Amino acid sequence: MHELSIAISIVEMTENEVELKGGGVVNAVHLKLGPLAGVVKDALLASYDMAAEGTTLEGSKLIIEEVPLVGYCPGCQTESVLPSIQSLTCPRCDTPISRVVKGRELEVFALEMML
Amino acid sequence: MTPKPRLVEVRQNVLKHNDIQARALRERFRQAGAFVVSVVSSPGSGKTAFLERTLELLKPHYRVAALVGDLATENDALRLARSHAPVKQIITGTVCHLDADMVTKALEGWDLNEIEFLFIENVGNLVCPSSYDLGEDLRLVLLSVTEGEDKPLKYPTIFNTADVAVVTKVDLASAVEVDLNLLEYNIQRVRPGMQTFHVSAKSGSGIDSWLQLLQQLKVRRRGNSVQTLRPNAVSSVGFS
Repeated sequence: MHELSIAISIVEMTENEVELKGGGVVNAVHLKLGPLAGVVKDALLASYDMAAEGTTLEGSKLIIEEVPLVGYCPGCQTESVLPSIQSLTCPRCDTPISRVVKGRELEVFALEMML
Repeated sequence: MTPKPRLVEVRQNVLKHNDIQARALRERFRQAGAFVVSVVSSPGSGKTAFLERTLELLKPHYRVAALVGDLATENDALRLARSHAPVKQIITGTVCHLDADMVTKALEGWDLNEIEFLFIENVGNLVCPSSYDLGEDLRLVLLSVTEGEDKPLKYPTIFNTADVAVVTKVDLASAVEVDLNLLEYNIQRVRPGMQTFHVSAKSGSGIDSWLQLLQQLKVRRRGNSVQTLRPNAVSSVGFS
């Protein structure tokens, strides 16, 4: 259970970002989360309020956008959405994928701010 | 006029701080010529026994050292120190994983130029360590034959971020009736192309092939000092 450490990182990073932008009130933090990031969405949401308490982000919301898992198949030479992290094989031809193209994201991509 | 909320683009990796620290570590290791291996597994898979064997066999030929992460106690460091290699314990308290900051701090006072192989034993945990790059050249994931063939399917993320799998306690394989083919099949499903070793730290079987790989990789990196063997620390591309 390292979601609290992750939530604290999100809060610290966002506070720095807001400072760099010259201040402002953050209503919401938008995060992209991939299935291979090793982070559980519900645990992260539960940790976020705790991490934000007592900071300038207190009362803000964490909005998580789940990114699909995309792999590259060397057989079909195409990228496909993979249905599960339990089976990294091409959904068309069953060849093991050679590269994860998307799915490791743990990234703050936008802030909803009152400027 | 009342202010309206606006969406401001940011694009920041949440683990940016750790990634920067890990990159700095990787650079320091490379410059010093230290080849760094991290080891992750569940508690009780045999990380310490595996490293005891590895250190004991490498020690006569190489300058080796180890860092050991645990929530509490220095027992593992004491075990590894029997090899007479420099060993330092990292006690994480309640933290369930090592991060690049902890490794940086633990290395204070050590001259990396004096180390050819550095081993970092992570806290026994198959979930949290997967997110943290430690600047290592190679990440091993260990699983023992007693843990069940479906372990890779239960913890796909950690298997996916590792470079090599080591199946431990193979001397117990027949007693626990493990299906090693099924285990291998499951490893390949979550991490296509991953190289697997079957070892017994107790009997020493399989340790030779693992040490051979280690020496090959070290030589290969020496000849290729700019590129990393793990171009992206969590790349899913094998190095075969």
